[in-house]
Amino acid sequence: MYIRRPVPAGIADQVSSFRTLEVRIWRGADAGSFATYEVPGAENQTVLDVVTWVQRHREPALAYRFACRVGVCGSCAMTVNGRARWTCRSHVKDVAGDGRIVIEPLRNLPRIKDLVCDLTPFFEKWRRAGGRFEGTATRHEPMPGIEPGTEARRTVDAGIECINCAVCYSACDVVGWRPDYLGPAALNRAWTLVNDERHVRTRDVLDTVAAGGGCTVCHTHGSCTEHCPVGISPTAAIAGLKRRIFRRWLQGRRT
Amino acid sequence: MNEAALFALQRLTAKLLAPLVVVHLVLILYAVHGGLSAAEILGRTQGSAAWGAFYGLFVLAVAVHAPIGMRNVVREWTRWRGRSLDVASVGLAIGLLALGLRAVAAVVG
Repeated sequence: MYIRRPVPAGIADQVSSFRTLEVRIWRGADAGSFATYEVPGAENQTVLDVVTWVQRHREPALAYRFACRVGVCGSCAMTVNGRARWTCRSHVKDVAGDGRIVIEPLRNLPRIKDLVCDLTPFFEKWRRAGGRFEGTATRHEPMPGIEPGTEARRTVDAGIECINCAVCYSACDVVGWRPDYLGPAALNRAWTLVNDERHVRTRDVLDTVAAGGGCTVCHTHGSCTEHCPVGISPTAAIAGLKRRIFRRWLQGRRT
Repeated sequence: MNEAALFALQRLTAKLLAPLVVVHLVLILYAVHGGLSAAEILGRTQGSAAWGAFYGLFVLAVAVHAPIGMRNVVREWTRWRGRSLDVASVGLAIGLLALGLRAVAAVVG
């Protein structure tokens, strides 16, 4: 039951304008169609809450993915009213003021069922871009001291909090045009490793991101940065990689 | 030639073309605004080594820059890939260079 409580002016108009949400959810894989559900609106309600309500009360076979529900795990990303979002931190009042929500799986990934995508290509590219950290020190050696104020360390800090939700990958037009393109998340990860002075495979990472389907394919549209739910700028990371590769080429290391 | 080299060459020629295009556009505005005839323009350009060098460099930069970009566009929008696309891109570069240098020769020759 929808219970109206006092809410701040401005938001109150939006919230009180609907009592029941009209929710259209994609059912099926590549072939499929939208099913429409009526979901009780609530004052404090996320898009993930809406999907969960549908599964529990209307459609037990509805497939979707989530885990932490607090924006840490990166599992629950979907396309909501045409825009890739993390659904656990997307409030209905912010994304669907008129009470109509269209929920689809992420773009640019194979669909498995309903709202669930196969993330294998996304993580495969992350791995292919050299995303795995490799150091030389063992646990028996002292921890390397990394100064927090250095430019390299601050560059790593800017990109390290990626939760691999694939929202940027889904929002990127170039990924849709070039299936071999590594994508923003993998390149952001590569940039953090290139700036990690403990990483021993920096040269390999640069070789990979300079090759076909690497950072040079990026058009700097900025969709990844615009959509990133945790405020990372893969666009800046990719620009950094491009600068590094350009400088490297000028210096004669023509990988 | 590998992707990194193509990217670097396109970036280099872009840096080169930015001021060249500005000068070219200002020149067109000047010529049109001032009402110069074709004969008057040719009178100023013919025999000029400076304009020959300017437009020669312009054509060279375009002949490198444009085919690399066109190759990228084709790969994004069509299924055309591989050696035949590379050969076509080189063909476009040669074509642009030949036509451009012919035009430069006509203007300064």
